[in-house]
Amino acid sequence: MTPYAWLIPLLPLLAFVLVIWRGDRLPGRGATISIAGIALAGLCGLALLGETAAGRRADLTYQWVVLGGRPLTVGFVVDPLSAVMTAMVGVVASLITIYSVGYMEGDPRFSRFFAYLSLFQFSMLFLVLADNFLFIYAGWELVGLCSYLLIGFWFERPAAARAALKAFVTTRVGDFSMMIGILILFLHTGTLSFTGVFHGIAAGRIGGPLLTLAAVLVFGGAVGKSAQIPLHVWLPDAMEGPTPVSALIHAATMVAAGVYLVARTYPLFLQSPGHQALTVVAYIGGITALFAATMGVVENDIKRVLAYSTVSQLGYMFLGLGVLSYSAGMFHLITHAFFKALLFLGAGSVIHAVATNNMKEMGGLARAMPVTFWTFLVATLALTGIPPFSGFFSKDAILLAAYAHDKTLWLLGAAGAFVTAFYMGRLTWYTFAGSYRGGSPAASQGAHGGAHGGGHPHESPRVMTVPLVILAAGAAGLGFLESPFDRYVRFPGVEAPASSAPLLVVSVLVALAGWAAAGAIYYWRILPSAVLRRYLRAPYTLLVHKYYVDDLYGWVFLRAGGLVVLLAGAFDRYVVDGIVNAVGWLTGRLGWALRFLQTGREENYLLLIFLGLVVIVVVRLVR
Amino acid sequence: MTGEAIAFYALAAVILVSGLVVVSSPNIVHSAVALVPAFLGITGIYILLGAEFVAGIQVLIYAGAITVLLLFVIMLTEGGTGLRLQQRNEQGPVGASVAVAIAVLLIAGVTHTTWGRGAGTLPAYTPGAIGQSFLGTNLLAFEGTSIVLLVSLIGAVIIARKEE
Amino acid sequence: MVPLADYLVLSAVVFALGLYAVLTRRNGVAILMGIELMLNAANINLVAFNKYAAPGAVQGQIFALIVITLAACEAAVGLALVLAAYRSLETIHVDEINVMRW
Repeated sequence: MTPYAWLIPLLPLLAFVLVIWRGDRLPGRGATISIAGIALAGLCGLALLGETAAGRRADLTYQWVVLGGRPLTVGFVVDPLSAVMTAMVGVVASLITIYSVGYMEGDPRFSRFFAYLSLFQFSMLFLVLADNFLFIYAGWELVGLCSYLLIGFWFERPAAARAALKAFVTTRVGDFSMMIGILILFLHTGTLSFTGVFHGIAAGRIGGPLLTLAAVLVFGGAVGKSAQIPLHVWLPDAMEGPTPVSALIHAATMVAAGVYLVARTYPLFLQSPGHQALTVVAYIGGITALFAATMGVVENDIKRVLAYSTVSQLGYMFLGLGVLSYSAGMFHLITHAFFKALLFLGAGSVIHAVATNNMKEMGGLARAMPVTFWTFLVATLALTGIPPFSGFFSKDAILLAAYAHDKTLWLLGAAGAFVTAFYMGRLTWYTFAGSYRGGSPAASQGAHGGAHGGGHPHESPRVMTVPLVILAAGAAGLGFLESPFDRYVRFPGVEAPASSAPLLVVSVLVALAGWAAAGAIYYWRILPSAVLRRYLRAPYTLLVHKYYVDDLYGWVFLRAGGLVVLLAGAFDRYVVDGIVNAVGWLTGRLGWALRFLQTGREENYLLLIFLGLVVIVVVRLVR
Repeated sequence: MTGEAIAFYALAAVILVSGLVVVSSPNIVHSAVALVPAFLGITGIYILLGAEFVAGIQVLIYAGAITVLLLFVIMLTEGGTGLRLQQRNEQGPVGASVAVAIAVLLIAGVTHTTWGRGAGTLPAYTPGAIGQSFLGTNLLAFEGTSIVLLVSLIGAVIIARKEE
Repeated sequence: MVPLADYLVLSAVVFALGLYAVLTRRNGVAILMGIELMLNAANINLVAFNKYAAPGAVQGQIFALIVITLAACEAAVGLALVLAAYRSLETIHVDEINVMRW
């Protein structure tokens, strides 16, 4: 399989072409082809996993163009990192695609949805198999495009259209930073391939502050794509898209591309003097982890809580990479993919049943939708780090490394863990416990279908629940694969610190404390949330307005930018057009004046001839 | 002062004065009549320059034919009424300045050039030499000129013919 | 001997006089008179050069003779035109002949 790794992205690409061209007339209205494409790619990915575990590596490069005597090579790389990403993307995407058959049933643009899903899968696989900055940037942009198309899939809703645009523009800022970083590297090392750039760094062609700058700029792309502070604002709004999209793109894969990028270009960060670049990565990750978690506490929309959770967990992954815990960061990426996708699909199942996103209108669904509830619970326990589920293993590896590296970062991570448990507990109790608070099939944001709303929610069809169960198995069991993973996906010279029992105990206690606090407020009502809201009004308002970041951006960029646009428009109309019009007017006036020279009278012409002769001779004589 | 010089300056004076009358008289008939002394003066110049045959032709053609032709046309058109109309058009001053300028430039040009002297002398009996030349070296010019004469004769008749 | 320059100066002045007439006079016949003066000035030049600069042959005089002939032709045709114009337009003042002007 390894030498044919380049085929893997082409399978969903072929599916995309077929479905976009002939979608409605294909079996299953395109869904079957799409599932086939990604499932095959997933199987090939698993094959790659096996082969690389057995030691095979491959670098499939082709010479693309010769620039000024230097050849530019592009190609694909097969190593543990890309193999595990390919396998994860393949498996998770296949399950989500199957789930979509049930979720998107009845949608008028059904086949187009699957076409877009296939296009995204192609882009993501292309990205993770790339062995050079050019391909990875191309894949980066492509996934951004697919994200735009899929967030705005129900573009008749203005909120969805705005969200899609916001996502695209915000990630564009990150992409620009990344491009500058890539260009700096290219200018100094003369090559775009990863190995070429790493050799260039080792040979000393670029180093010191410039290397740190390049690394931080490349990380800027990750900040955009993975929604870290300060470019986190697009991800909560991206929940306007259909829930499978949220699960696939904004939980498991695309947002993880930023983490993958840092892992892939790790030598850049290691070689920056004093690990400055890594410190930047770690702190941004840690601050985001806590910051985003706090915003999730006051959200009532179930998908938005999960969105903030995603931002927060991505912060943990960057934190892991930043404290020299390469394997832990990547392991958390893999486990997070499983349980976060599961959480979103479960939320989708719930939304499908009650036709609303608002948790305050839910409740008592544990009895009505048992499969959804139990799989959701597994995922929640994994996310909050309760043993023996997978999240416990991966998150604690990160916290362990943080403690050994920098106590401040550990504090950020632990506080974040408490808040994570708190808001997930809140979510679980609101949604599944108690009795059903909904009743009217009223319209609400992001609801799909609505065919089942109103008083009697019931379990979702098997095409939706089976993927839930499979993902739950992964969320539960993957944790035990931590040691093999650490041996398999590792960076030479970067080892995890030894395990410390006291720290593990502290982590579990923090998580349980979070659950307990949530239960106290939302389930047993010992301290009702209304009372809390009254006494903590200021912090509550701050959180509800998302720390006013969106308002700040709106004021700075939209208003100030609008002013610049106005000025530029006026300049264009009056100065630029004015000059052009003036030239025309001048020509007209000149023509009008000169026409009086043509009198039609011979004596005038003769005079001009001889006058001209005199002038020429005089000029010639004077010179 | 040699006799030749006196003759030259006298003739030059005649030419210039009558030329002035030609170009500035408001009476068109005066202009036409003043042409005659001008042409005769030029004839004198030719004789001074040893071109007797040309001088003779000048008298015949210019002072004779062309002047008469001009007078006839003046008579046939309104000029014969003797009316004193404005004869100068609106570009009088400018035209005068241009003419003066051209003259000044030409005079400056010729007085500041040293002209070479060719070899040989003019033949004593120029008509013979001219005749030999016309029927010898310059035969083509001679014949061409004849054709032009013929054509212009026919042309003039056609143009001036009264319409039926 | 009168120097060559004197003849050339005379010729230049006659030429200027003829030019003035052509540029300034309103009567068509007067313009033709100016043209005749200019042609005569040229002839003076030709014959003068023949005597002073190239006396070996009579080429200058030949040239002058041809010029005289052509001047006669041109005067004939020009005057015929003036006559024809007078017949149809009732005027020979060139600034009043503007049938084809804008």
